[in-house]
Amino acid sequence: MRKLFLSHTTEFVLFAVIIAMSFVLGFATERFFTLGNAFDLLNISAVNIIFAVGLLVVLIAGGIDISFAVAASIVQYVTVLALERIGGGGWVSGLLIAACFGIMLGVINAFLIHRFRIISIVATIATFNVYFGLLMFFTKGVSIYNLPDWLTSRVILYEREMADGSWAEITLPVVVMAVCTFATWLFITRTTTGRQLYAFGDNPEGARRFGINIGAMQFIAYGWLGLMAGIAGLMQAHYAQEVVPNALYGRELDVLAAVVLGGARLGGGKGSVLGCVLGVLLVSITQNGLNLMGVSPFAFKMIVGAIILVAITLSSTRIGNLAPVFATRKSTDARPADKGES
Amino acid sequence: MSTATNDGVKAKPLLSLRGINMTFGGVKALKNVSFEVLPGEVHCLAGENGSGKSTLIKVISGVYRPADGAEIVFDGETISHMTPAMAQSRGIQIIWQDLALFAEMSVAENIAFQTLSGSRPRFVNYAAIRGVAEEALGRLGVTLDVDRPLKDFAIAQRQIVAIARALVGEARIVFMDEPTASLTQSETDHLLAIVRTLSASGIAVVFVSHRLAEVLEISSRITVLRDGALVGVYPVEGMTQSRITELMTGRTFDQNVRARDVAQNPVLLSVSKLCRPGEFEDISFDLRRGETLGITGLLGSGRTELALTLFGMRRPAAGTIVLEGRAMRFASNREAIASGVAYLSEDRLSLGLNQPQSIADNLVMASLNRILSGRLISPGKKRALVARWIAELGIRIGKQDDAISTLSGGNQQRVAIAKWLATDPKVLILDAPTVGVDVGARAGIFEIVARLAETGLAILLISDEVPEVYFNADRIIHMEKGRIAGWHDPRATTLKDLEAAVYA
Repeated sequence: MRKLFLSHTTEFVLFAVIIAMSFVLGFATERFFTLGNAFDLLNISAVNIIFAVGLLVVLIAGGIDISFAVAASIVQYVTVLALERIGGGGWVSGLLIAACFGIMLGVINAFLIHRFRIISIVATIATFNVYFGLLMFFTKGVSIYNLPDWLTSRVILYEREMADGSWAEITLPVVVMAVCTFATWLFITRTTTGRQLYAFGDNPEGARRFGINIGAMQFIAYGWLGLMAGIAGLMQAHYAQEVVPNALYGRELDVLAAVVLGGARLGGGKGSVLGCVLGVLLVSITQNGLNLMGVSPFAFKMIVGAIILVAITLSSTRIGNLAPVFATRKSTDARPADKGES
Repeated sequence: MSTATNDGVKAKPLLSLRGINMTFGGVKALKNVSFEVLPGEVHCLAGENGSGKSTLIKVISGVYRPADGAEIVFDGETISHMTPAMAQSRGIQIIWQDLALFAEMSVAENIAFQTLSGSRPRFVNYAAIRGVAEEALGRLGVTLDVDRPLKDFAIAQRQIVAIARALVGEARIVFMDEPTASLTQSETDHLLAIVRTLSASGIAVVFVSHRLAEVLEISSRITVLRDGALVGVYPVEGMTQSRITELMTGRTFDQNVRARDVAQNPVLLSVSKLCRPGEFEDISFDLRRGETLGITGLLGSGRTELALTLFGMRRPAAGTIVLEGRAMRFASNREAIASGVAYLSEDRLSLGLNQPQSIADNLVMASLNRILSGRLISPGKKRALVARWIAELGIRIGKQDDAISTLSGGNQQRVAIAKWLATDPKVLILDAPTVGVDVGARAGIFEIVARLAETGLAILLISDEVPEVYFNADRIIHMEKGRIAGWHDPRATTLKDLEAAVYA
């Protein structure tokens, strides 16, 4: 148990913060501790979690991406136009088209970063502007409300009427989120390619000396994020029942903050799917709770920012300082002065 | 310490190179070098920085391709173009100085990384990886928790992980580039025992090290390079450290005990009953003007912690520090610097110098307030200050604005010392001042230390290399587990006795 705690400190701390917040919110509001609200939370968070697990892969490989959210907007637009062209389509063709366009936009980032050795944050800030500029230019900022019927009709996979007459529902985005999360977990922890991504992010020169194909690593990481962004884009269109060109603008920073909160390191080599999911949930729960408590939406950003600061401080403080029970190891370890992260 | 093939000098070599020439941008890095390793022998490759050792290893591992006319024979097979993949497949394993390990990944994954590489994706079999790792560690007689991430382990254990990784690749010859550079004596002893195990099982080991004592202890033959050319190949019998130094540098150094009697000098720094629980206890000593006080002891003896406390970076729990008759309570190292304490840190590469920055910027880093004109830095004063110290310490540089990384280890260390001298200190604490510095350059550093002491500077010389303090300090404190275990006068004791006391 202690071993598990030491190797997953961030996840445990996040979990503890979530539990603590849930208790406070549970007492402060009537609705927080209902099944309906729990499912609402999942429905709301699904899109961000899909984005987050994609971004996690890029962070693990030592990169960063600012452009994925507007890339998802492009995917929404192009996919809906393409579906119109082929006469409506369905979930399968829709997901396939979105995935392909998503991967394409991700690969463009990888190409710039690998071929021209542009630092990832600069490259993706550039593509962020290019993508968004192109989208606004060609759409003239016009939204699409006329989506295929299958895309706008809610797909409810589980529902239950609650005692108060409200409905608790699990919808398609949640299932897609679960699949994406599981696939990412399988990919990064159980395949050799996934482990190579960790190694590459951890010590690029060391990975190079092992003959790992550096270019392939970049394309795989950004391709995976592109894939997730494409899927998330389609899910967001489904959830919102419309395609608005700037609907996802700014989402990249929320997701990035949540992923880093979940223990991924800017600089590579570190991060877990569980942490990433908990990071997004913590932010969602905060917003949800504030909503239920009737706090002014204008205060949301401020409070979410404060919660992120508190959680990240807790999880990066040496465990010995928080819970002395776990500190006994220190003396036997002769821990070298590493970069100061825990 | 004879190894399995001591009698096999006429045995067929496992690896043989002839006529190796290598040129980088007009500079000849290797000049017609030949090199031979016998099966199962421990062979030392000696030479100063820049003598071509690393270049030679990179030729052997296929990273560099030598000029035409080179001949590489491995196990009877003539290899015209060595590539990294060929070297790997033939069991030529290199343990690089930086180890090339993955800090966030588990020990098992680090050791068995070969099974994770390759471009065809496969599912990871963690049980198999664990098995491979434990088997490799078992061959070294070491047990580590292979599931924990590598970052949890100290440098000595990481070194072992790197060696275990080489074994997984069915090594026939292992090159170790400065494997002991950051190890303490007992860790080094353990490593040398492992090298013997490898050698006994028929794996040849090529050992590159600055530390001549362990070279003599472990290897059966020595190949010496100087300025990219072969000086010669020598059996280790009858070799002495000073002879190897001579061969490596082409100069002779005589080591005499420098200790002087400084009991008449006024006390500058007086430390009494200084204590930080868990780090050091009950430390009392006087440091006199012009004195070089040596502090030695194993890693974990509290040397560096004591130094950091004197430098104001840690607060003492009890005890007093009196500097020039005034009791000091440093709230930070800024106060310590202002009071005349300077500390040359242990880890020059990562803590002491800012590698991409220029020589001049590094040198003035601690004394910016001395080169102001009004409130801004004066370029003229800066150049003058830098020029003065470059000349004073005989630092060989190209231009002041060159990056510090263009200098050799010895010259970098001189810049680091100059950086602190520019603050006009009264007490200079030197923590492991010769780590990563060549033998030839070491002598130069201690010349400087001796000269500084003559000018009245009080010097605290901290090192885990006992000979260093023995030959260069006036008095020696031996620390053990955070306490002063003994005082020694180099003039009244022999190096052997002192080493016996410290390593006991």
